Amino acid sequence: MIFLIAGILIFVLCGISALVFTSKPIACKLLGAGGTMAGSLAGLFVAFRVLISGIPLYWHASWQMPFGSVSLSIDALSAFFLIPLFILSFLGALYASEYLDHDAAARNLGLHWLFYNFLVASMALVLTSSSGLLFIMAWEMMSLASFFLVLYKHDDKGSREAAWIYLIATHIGAAFLLAFFIIAASQTGSFDFDSFAKHSFPPAVSGLLFALGLVGFGSKAGFVPFHVWLPKAHPAAPSHVSALMSGVMIKMGIYGIMRSLVLFGPFQEWWGLVLVSIGCVSGILGVLLALGQHDLKRLLAFSSVENIGIISLCMGAGILGACNNNPLIETLGFFAALLHVVNHAFFKGLLFLGAGAVLHAAHTTQIDKLGGLIKKMPFTAFAFLIGSVAICGLPVLNGFVSEFMLYMAGFFGLQSQASSMFLIAAVFMTSLALIGGLATACFTKAFGSIFLGEPRSQQTAHHDVGLCMRIPMYALASLCAIIGLFSWLVVPMLCGPLSLIASSNQSGIPITLATLSPWLKGISLGCALFIAVILLLILLRKRLLKNRVVSSSPTWDCGFSAGTPRIQYTGSSFTQPVTNFFRKLSFSKQTLKVDSSIFPQNWTFESDVPDAALDKVYLPGFKLIGFVLSKLKWLQGGKVHVYVLYIVLTLIAFLTWNFLWAK
Amino acid sequence: MGKMMLLQYLSPVLALVCAPFLLGIINRTKAVFAGRKGQPLLQTYFDIAKLLRKGAVYSTTTSWLFRAGPIVSLAAVVVACFIIPIGKCGAPISFTGDIVLFMYLLGIARFFVVLAALDTGSPFEGMGASREVFFSVLAEPVFLLCILALAHTHDLRFFSILGGMSPYAIVPALLAGISLFVVMLAENARIPIDDPTTHLELTMIHEVMVLDHGGPDFALITYGSALKLWLFGLVVVRAILPFHPASMLLDCSITLCTMAVCAVIVGIVESVTARLRLLRVPQLLIGAAALAALALFAGEGGLFL
Repeated sequence: MIFLIAGILIFVLCGISALVFTSKPIACKLLGAGGTMAGSLAGLFVAFRVLISGIPLYWHASWQMPFGSVSLSIDALSAFFLIPLFILSFLGALYASEYLDHDAAARNLGLHWLFYNFLVASMALVLTSSSGLLFIMAWEMMSLASFFLVLYKHDDKGSREAAWIYLIATHIGAAFLLAFFIIAASQTGSFDFDSFAKHSFPPAVSGLLFALGLVGFGSKAGFVPFHVWLPKAHPAAPSHVSALMSGVMIKMGIYGIMRSLVLFGPFQEWWGLVLVSIGCVSGILGVLLALGQHDLKRLLAFSSVENIGIISLCMGAGILGACNNNPLIETLGFFAALLHVVNHAFFKGLLFLGAGAVLHAAHTTQIDKLGGLIKKMPFTAFAFLIGSVAICGLPVLNGFVSEFMLYMAGFFGLQSQASSMFLIAAVFMTSLALIGGLATACFTKAFGSIFLGEPRSQQTAHHDVGLCMRIPMYALASLCAIIGLFSWLVVPMLCGPLSLIASSNQSGIPITLATLSPWLKGISLGCALFIAVILLLILLRKRLLKNRVVSSSPTWDCGFSAGTPRIQYTGSSFTQPVTNFFRKLSFSKQTLKVDSSIFPQNWTFESDVPDAALDKVYLPGFKLIGFVLSKLKWLQGGKVHVYVLYIVLTLIAFLTWNFLWAK
Repeated sequence: MGKMMLLQYLSPVLALVCAPFLLGIINRTKAVFAGRKGQPLLQTYFDIAKLLRKGAVYSTTTSWLFRAGPIVSLAAVVVACFIIPIGKCGAPISFTGDIVLFMYLLGIARFFVVLAALDTGSPFEGMGASREVFFSVLAEPVFLLCILALAHTHDLRFFSILGGMSPYAIVPALLAGISLFVVMLAENARIPIDDPTTHLELTMIHEVMVLDHGGPDFALITYGSALKLWLFGLVVVRAILPFHPASMLLDCSITLCTMAVCAVIVGIVESVTARLRLLRVPQLLIGAAALAALALFAGEGGLFL
């Protein structure tokens, strides 16, 4: 435990000293990045020790704050979430030490490092605090730190707007969480998690708590329809911050939901239903919106919505399994959820870092302006390819393992006796297959248009990024490959958190790993054979082409030899059939301006997939609220004596009420 | 036991050896319908052998990914051959959930073919790749639904579904079989979804994606397509076959004969139907999805007629 507290202290101290040394760029970088890295290593050590030994750690401060104690605890669930946090924060700091270099003169990097360190520290506190009050304080610190990180380019209007939307979204969520903890504490009389766990809540109360938690945590996680801040905030933030936010911070919402499951069980069937429905909607809409985006980082942000949807599906399946006394589905669902949390942290972190490398080298993330980067940036391209394959859930990499488990959970749902389960399982497996196909379309588009072909505009890269940016990408890529290839070795690490979640539910004891490991070994066998066949074929072609003529010529142009790189298919045209087919769901817009003169010159075509939830629901909604509230403006006239009158009136009102109440 | 171990390898070996023959049967059927004599039944083997003897020409636009495309996609399909059993002999890689691996191996094969097409920078190949991913978005859920319809009373492994282990339910099997047949046509770029012999790049789907591949690379692609046709043919045939004799030899030979019949049917379909307009293809696939969903619910509803 002392290592974690030391780690948090390192984050705070190094962050502050980085701010102090702002004027000395090298010292600032060393303190900021070095502090994050040192603190992360210390934290990683504790997290692995808890996860492997299975013994939870506790720490109580000897001083009290109002309404609760200051106590931290690391159990298996916390430790499990701490691991991707510290890995990504470590790699992100290393990456940023090069990524931010060209900004050293223009921006205040000391502030950036302060908030980066604070963000990591606050997320560690969120994961370890075992008192509701401390949790909500850490949660708020996390929101504020990430708000300031999103505001990195504060002189840009778009960034300010993005940060503003994020701040509002996160505080609406926090309001629900405040209600969540207050209601829970009013039942038990204490904000401590221990008291929640010991108390048996009536089903109505735990249902209410679940609903509040779902909105509060869901707005952080990015469930549709609370996802609006993601596609705004991720593109605005620096890439390593987007990686940390998308890879880990949105998972704090998932952690919150899992922690509530642990504390407020036993589960109720409708929780599972709600999570499965949210999962299907978020998954399909997320990937559909991602598909139509023109900006790589916006695309990745929507794809996070999709993956959060998949995690929600997994949790829903787990809960439904538990409620239907089916330990197999319960195990598979929660295993898939936990594994996908880690998997998504790794491949989405990798993809955001790759997007940052593209931005760094080519100065744009507009997909339709790029092309052919694989030649100038071979290292980034290969890492991005690994990330793309992994996020599509294709075999050999980690995404496949979690999707496999989810498919299995759904399949056993089909077989279960309950006919409601049959229907749910059929719907969610079909959705999952659809999401898989759409994700493939989305990431072949992203990779294909950015890295393959010829450059589509003058904005192109001339060199690959340096070692400090490559190492984090390759570290994450290898983690993806290790989990994919050796899943049967990795999955036992999930047992600790799983038994914690399952223990709150009396329905049954989850199945042992013995059932699962032959399947995972089968996957590994298939993957090994796949790699072997690839190597064999490479050798075969090498032998065949030895001593033969291997020449190069331009791409076959079907007889039209005057083509420029502009005739290439762009990312938008590549996905046009899909976005057009699903336009009723994704609200994609296409405008074609026709020049009807005899020799038409000026045809223009625009396609856009705006975020319908933001444009059609939130903005009009907030406008309405603003309109109504502006009618109350007269209350706040700026005259102090009127305000004093308000205070007096309130006091009298309370006194009268108290007087009547006493009677 | 040793014999069983060896027999498991029958399915991949048969697939790897006989797959190009199916294309020969289809082409011969089409020739007979057109009143031609037709190419030899073994023409695909000759084509592959000829291509393997050639050198290679690579576009200056392409990168290593263009070269990786054919290799990765063929490797994925080859591994899929090791997963699918023929009759009761089993397959070398068999575990609960192997179907998911099978589906996703075909997915990774497609992923790399599409990327290799985009690597050429040619608008035609981009167009083909775009259509390929669009149709596969619709075809993948249909395939899954069909497999679920066949599997859900039993076990999510190929051996149980295609090995004749589960009780035969005619309504789900037929519905799923028809639906799978449509998926087979879509996934293998056959008429009415795509025309493998069309001469206009603008109208192709699969063939246009591999326009720039030549020599040994194109041999790998041709062989890979033959294997993929074999895999889907096997699934369709075993889904529809109503009886599974106890003798392994008999079971295998019946399956192989039915595969040949299936190839003839594909040839007939290609001869008597025109290619659909691209805009109509989604409707066909959605129709197949409806059939597959019906099959799933018929199975659950106990329509084991």
